[in-house]
Order: sequence, then structure tokens, then C-alpha cells
Amino acid sequence: MTAELLTLLKNRISLIWLVLIAATLISWWIGTGDAASPQLGTAAVFVVVFIKVRLVGLYFMELRDAPLPLRLLFEGYCLIVCTTLLVMYLATGTG
Amino acid sequence: MELSPPMSTTAPPPAGRARGSGAQDRVRRTPHVPGEAGVWVFILGDLAAFALLFGVWMYYRGKEPALFADSQLEVHRSFGAINTLLLLTSSLFVITAVRAVRAQMRRVAQAAIGFALVCGVGFLLDKVLEWTDLVANGHGPTANNYFLYFFVLTGLHAFHVLIGMGILTALLRLSRKPSLSKGQFAFVEGGACFWHMVDLIWVVLFALLYLMH
Repeated sequence: MTAELLTLLKNRISLIWLVLIAATLISWWIGTGDAASPQLGTAAVFVVVFIKVRLVGLYFMELRDAPLPLRLLFEGYCLIVCTTLLVMYLATGTG
Repeated sequence: MELSPPMSTTAPPPAGRARGSGAQDRVRRTPHVPGEAGVWVFILGDLAAFALLFGVWMYYRGKEPALFADSQLEVHRSFGAINTLLLLTSSLFVITAVRAVRAQMRRVAQAAIGFALVCGVGFLLDKVLEWTDLVANGHGPTANNYFLYFFVLTGLHAFHVLIGMGILTALLRLSRKPSLSKGQFAFVEGGACFWHMVDLIWVVLFALLYLMH
């Protein structure tokens, strides 16, 4: 069974998972305040977060194989929420 | 009617995708809604509700940026980061379980769902430890607006994790069956998507509550 599980894990979805884990660790580092510009760092974190959200949707939820309307709804969600949060953040500035 | 698409060798794979680990991801298939269409009404509705809550958080943060920045220093990012890693890993196990069901690997599906459940338990334990630590240090929900919304958002999300774990438990039971009906397989896919939604929301919450400067 372990061999079968490993066979299933040798897959592009595991690579996506690795990318998600790496992105989380990078965001964690940026979030610790070591970035040169906190505002730029936070904006970068937002962009990375919604790339992660999109990857979860497309690969884990399998929306890359969904009918176009459903996929567009999801893609639109990512774009609108990311843009709105970025605008709200940039309009109010850093703490 | 036992159509048994995923567990039967005679039925076609559920969505036109070829069976087997490698071919499964190389061969594009006809468009397919994962789970029942109704599940997506619920998932998209829940995502919209959380988007609204993200906006509420940003609005109040904008009104008191200094308070939110100072309060954020009192939360430990490690709690949030570990929870993110746990949920992302659980999602990998859940999609692996769905693929195992399609490939008729029942024991693998059960093991993968079991690992996902362990990650879910780890998430909730981490969350309880974090809440306990915050309250013990005078940073409970009544401390200020930052902590009020922190507890509301993380509490709502933890409730979703609990529901998700209930669904995963149901999937575990289903994955023991030798064959699944079309409806049962749609439930497997829909339940898996609900769990991924819980993961997806946390990814955003982690940035908003722990990482923003």
C-alpha cells in the first residue's frame, strides 16, 4: 500500500504542493519584517497568497478541468479579492 | 443504482480523465464539475462571505493601523505558519485520496484520508494552543478590535475545519465500499472540494492576520 501511495504521490500535484509550501515559507520570511520595504513586502505577500489560492483551486479542486463558467468564476474571485485587498491596503498604508 | 464509476473496472473514469497516476494528469479531459453543481453554489457562497469578512478586516485595520500593527506583534506567526503547512499537506492527501478512489485503490484512499484527518486534528490543536496562549496573556477577544476580529475570523474558520473533518470522516466510510454510485462519487469530489476551500480561506487569513505590515 505504501508503494501505491508513493506512486500516486509521484505526480505534478505533489510538485504544486512543494511550490505551495515554498511560497508559504517565503511569505513567512517576508512577514517577519526582514523585507527592505514593509509596504512592498506586504503587497508581495498578497500577490503570492492569491497565486497560492489559484493553485489550490486549479490543481487541488481540479478547476482546471471545470467548465469555463465555473473556472472563470473562480479566476474572477481571485482577481477581484486580491485587487480589492491590495487597494484597501495601499489606501490605508502601513501600521 | 450502483454505477460505481470510480471503483469499478468496467465503468469509465468520472470525468473523462484517463486512469493511472501519470496518464491521469497528462490527458486533458472533457470539462467536468467536481462534485454536484449544488456544492459549488455553497462553496462559492462561502468564499463570497469570507471575501466580505476579509474586507471588514481591512476596513477596521485602516481605521486603526497602529493598534492593529502593535497587536499583531503579540501573535506568534509560527502558529499560523504551521497551520498553513498542515492544511496544505492535508489538501495534498485529500486530492490523492480522490485519485486513489478513481484508480480503485481503496486502502490507499483510506490511508490518505486518514493522514488528512491527522493534519486536521493537528490544525485544531495548534489553534487551541494559540487561543489559550493569547487569552492567558490578556489578548482575548475583548482586548481590542484586532483581537475581536482575530478570534471571530479564526473561530469561524475553525468551525469550517470541524465541518470539513466530519465530511472527511464520511469520505473515509465511503472509501471502504467496494463500489460507489455516481452520486456517492460526486459526494467524494464535492467533500474534497469543501476541504480545499477551507485550506484556501486559511491561506488568505494567514496573510491578513499574521503577515501584513
